[in-house]
Amino acid sequence: MNQWKNFTKGFIKENPVFILLLGLCPTLGVTTSAINGLGMGLATTFVLLMSNTVISLIKNVIPNKVRIPSFIVIIASFVTIVDLVMAAYVPALHAQLGLFIPLIVVNCIVLGRAEAFASKNTVLSSMIDGLGMGLGFAFALTILGAVRELLGSYAIFGYKLINTDGMLVFVLAPGAFIGLAYLVAIVRRINK
Amino acid sequence: MEYEYILIIIGAIFVNNIVLAQFLGICPFMGVSSKVKTAVGMGGAVLFVMTLAVIVTWIIMHYVLIPFEIQYMQTIAYILVIASLVQMVEIILKKMSPALYQALGVFLPLITTNCAILGVAILVIQKEFNLLKSVIFSIGNAAGFALALIIFAGIREHMDKLNIPEGMKGIPASLVVAGILALAFMGFAGMV
Repeated sequence: MNQWKNFTKGFIKENPVFILLLGLCPTLGVTTSAINGLGMGLATTFVLLMSNTVISLIKNVIPNKVRIPSFIVIIASFVTIVDLVMAAYVPALHAQLGLFIPLIVVNCIVLGRAEAFASKNTVLSSMIDGLGMGLGFAFALTILGAVRELLGSYAIFGYKLINTDGMLVFVLAPGAFIGLAYLVAIVRRINK
Repeated sequence: MEYEYILIIIGAIFVNNIVLAQFLGICPFMGVSSKVKTAVGMGGAVLFVMTLAVIVTWIIMHYVLIPFEIQYMQTIAYILVIASLVQMVEIILKKMSPALYQALGVFLPLITTNCAILGVAILVIQKEFNLLKSVIFSIGNAAGFALALIIFAGIREHMDKLNIPEGMKGIPASLVVAGILALAFMGFAGMV
């Protein structure tokens, strides 16, 4: 398989958020600013990369009937690692993301890639797939976060562009839904 | 004292609606809400499983994880408990009450990866609720989930008759509707 294609498919062609519409809870919940989106995206990328690697390493040992519970335990272990590491080194970001860090466990993308890709492919392919999909997810979250931050507080990555209050609605809950709606429509248009 | 419980319920259903303000359980919200009838079924299944899961995980937290000082195992322990609980509920319902199983059965497997369940189970620990408050909180959240799902399904049933621009058809249009619904629910802010 062409590994470059395998890596880049997560960005636009099979983007987990814009095209597959997986993992919408963290997508909507944490993207109040670009930096939050990026942080969440990178945390998920780490979990996705590690779980894909480990699952494809031990895929022949796991009996078929208990594969889903085994995958969940592996994923939950890496989520716990991310949770503890973030609490220790980036406590401010950890507090901002809050509940959504442990909830990476139930993010459909992670289990979805484990079941659909890592349990059937070689270790190298699975690692590249995990990294590509994870970065595609981080990319989508950063874009949505940037759009909401830009419209909601006229700032980008914390730097104020216009020194007035923005359209507050984009930082609040409704802005998340409406912002994502238009981004999905735009990406569909590009893909055509 | 009773006053406090009423505030928890109203807060969970309207002010901090689990779907529209906290972004938990978006996947079933988008996935199974095209008909009012299925929305009612899903709401019932979530109410049932969420209350049970919160009781069991609360007991595990306070009588297993805290005495052994292994709170960092929370994510792994909870997801395993919830996954096996859903399986058990499915088996018991099939034997004990075929009628209820008929109504809720198809929704049960979907619930394991519903982040609302794990989210509420973690939230009651973060908020340091006692068992009674936790149960009331989870009933309120499940009712809020069902309310949002049923309203949303009602709107979507009528959307089929509308003439929506090509690029916005399907998910983008639904997301805009969810955004407007979230805007309406913001009107409840400040009630509690």
